[in-house]
Amino acid sequence: MATEFTPFMSLFGGFLIGVAAIALMALHGRIAGMTGILAGVLPPVGSDWQWRAAFLAGAVIAPALYLVFGGTVPFAVPVPVWAMVVGGLIVGIGVHVGSGCTSGHGVCGMARLSPRSIVATITFMITTGITVYVMRHVLSVGAA
Amino acid sequence: MRIVSALLIGAIFGLGIAISGMANPAKVINFFDVAGTWDPSLIFVMGGALVTTAIGYRIVFGTRARPLFAQTYSLPTRTDLDARLIGGSALFGVGWGMSGFCPGGAIPALGLGEPAVPVFVIAMAAGIILARTALNALIDKPASA
Repeated sequence: MATEFTPFMSLFGGFLIGVAAIALMALHGRIAGMTGILAGVLPPVGSDWQWRAAFLAGAVIAPALYLVFGGTVPFAVPVPVWAMVVGGLIVGIGVHVGSGCTSGHGVCGMARLSPRSIVATITFMITTGITVYVMRHVLSVGAA
Repeated sequence: MRIVSALLIGAIFGLGIAISGMANPAKVINFFDVAGTWDPSLIFVMGGALVTTAIGYRIVFGTRARPLFAQTYSLPTRTDLDARLIGGSALFGVGWGMSGFCPGGAIPALGLGEPAVPVFVIAMAAGIILARTALNALIDKPASA
């Protein structure tokens, strides 16, 4: 399933992600890593869950409002439901064990030139690429 | 004020994710499918976010001794590379490649009202809780022995 190449929208979206990361650091002194923010509101809930819950609520509401006000967000799931379930479980375990994900390590950690984040990002980019190749071209798993 | 600002910052993050294409599993998987239907858009997302953040962090840390709503900047201080970091990150990539969702892409995607998203998010939350419980059990054992 092909998707449209969107360099300008993607660049602008990336810029907004960066603006959010800068603001969260300047105002709250926190890394804008979705793994850490999410983990703090999952049981056992941490003591500083309020700002995390607010951040998560904002992150969910904004795309919904964007749709309401006439924006379009292309969306397609090119894999079967089992891949969403198994993939979700593996992502959850992996990001917790590896202390971060694309936002925490890939954007914030890399921006600080953290050696751990650089190694983490290179590692997950490689294994993601291998997994996509195996799923698509070896196992031929596609949307049902 | 603190909570309202976190809500607004989350909104900017979520909007950025949505319009960048990171909330679309098909686009994310295509970014990695160099041998198939390759879509290089995500290099612009990550590049844009990374360059913006790198410049912004430099300005923030260079001009403000402390954040507005907190006593100190909460920054990771570790610099060692351990098996946990590399193994966890490698595992995360497997899940990301299978589903096309990373945590930062999936949470804003909840706002799109697509039924596949909560399926992924619930599984991911279960994975985080499972990993935390298992790691805590492993760490507690030698300490209590």
